[in-house]
Amino acid sequence: MKGHASIGGFVCCGLLVALLLAFVVSRQASSSPDGLVKVAADKSLDTNIRTHFMSGAPLANYSVTGIHDSGLSTGTAGIIGVTITFGAAFGLSKLVRATRSRAVADNTSA
Amino acid sequence: MHIPDGLVGGGTSLGASVIATGTVVVCLRRTGQVLDERQIPMVGLTAAFVFAAQMVNFPVASGTSGHLLGGVLAAVLVGPWAGALAVTVVLIVQAMLFADGGLSALGLNVINMALVGALGGYAIFAGLRALLPRTRRAVVVASGIAAALAPVMAAVMFTIEYAIGGNGATSVGTVATAMIGVHALIGIGEGVMTAMVLSAVLATRPDLVHGAGLVRFAEPVPIIEIETVGASR
Repeated sequence: MKGHASIGGFVCCGLLVALLLAFVVSRQASSSPDGLVKVAADKSLDTNIRTHFMSGAPLANYSVTGIHDSGLSTGTAGIIGVTITFGAAFGLSKLVRATRSRAVADNTSA
Repeated sequence: MHIPDGLVGGGTSLGASVIATGTVVVCLRRTGQVLDERQIPMVGLTAAFVFAAQMVNFPVASGTSGHLLGGVLAAVLVGPWAGALAVTVVLIVQAMLFADGGLSALGLNVINMALVGALGGYAIFAGLRALLPRTRRAVVVASGIAAALAPVMAAVMFTIEYAIGGNGATSVGTVATAMIGVHALIGIGEGVMTAMVLSAVLATRPDLVHGAGLVRFAEPVPIIEIETVGASR
């Protein structure tokens, strides 16, 4: 049954693409404000905006404190972000799935 | 599309956080019921890819950029419930580590990008699938159209949030026009990128695309019924 074909290879390839986007392509990203930020500035919605509570954090604004080359700094922050996001989403869905397995043992109406 | 702290008032932000938390809990329960073991790494990959894609802002109008929101892409890949969770994880990581999107505004951002994008976008996708022929190309077209509409729906939702608790003197009509206009342009990018990524995945591993298994294909493509496999356990 093809349904049981390994997906490890596919996921690894996909992660490689994500890492390339985050490490390399992110350097070519437009530095213009995004749609919402631009509208907020143009229409004066932003007068009460507060500084982000993590604005002094080591990864704030997708750059790593201490790496002075801006491309490398953004790229490194991207690799860290992709790795953490993968781990968090993988872990969360594994946890949610495990909870279901226990619940199904009591209640078969899945 | 990430709302910073202070753009929308505290009461509205808190209300949005309550609604977002409640809906995410529903997503967690539904994901637990329908997620197949094999989809677990796919949820991780989907979130990681959306995070990476959101770093690549593309220019739209003069002095403005946009980025993939990824809700429809995530929902078509791993299903609407797990897709909404994947985008929520991205938003939490961005707010907590990268100072992108406010902490008090996290509920607003989860509603606009994860819930409207993945759940609302998937509803449009499923509606279009019912109208279109049962082919692989229709999956790509339906997801492209749904993805193109998702940023506009997020812009409408932002306007509603601004109307309820916006900290600004600008009229709601002015905000709506500006937000919907620019996000219609961003939607073109969202639609094209979503269609491109899904056609690449469908060409290599159609069995890993949740949205492709919604209805049977006329062509003999070996699609596994993910929900059926999950429910039988």
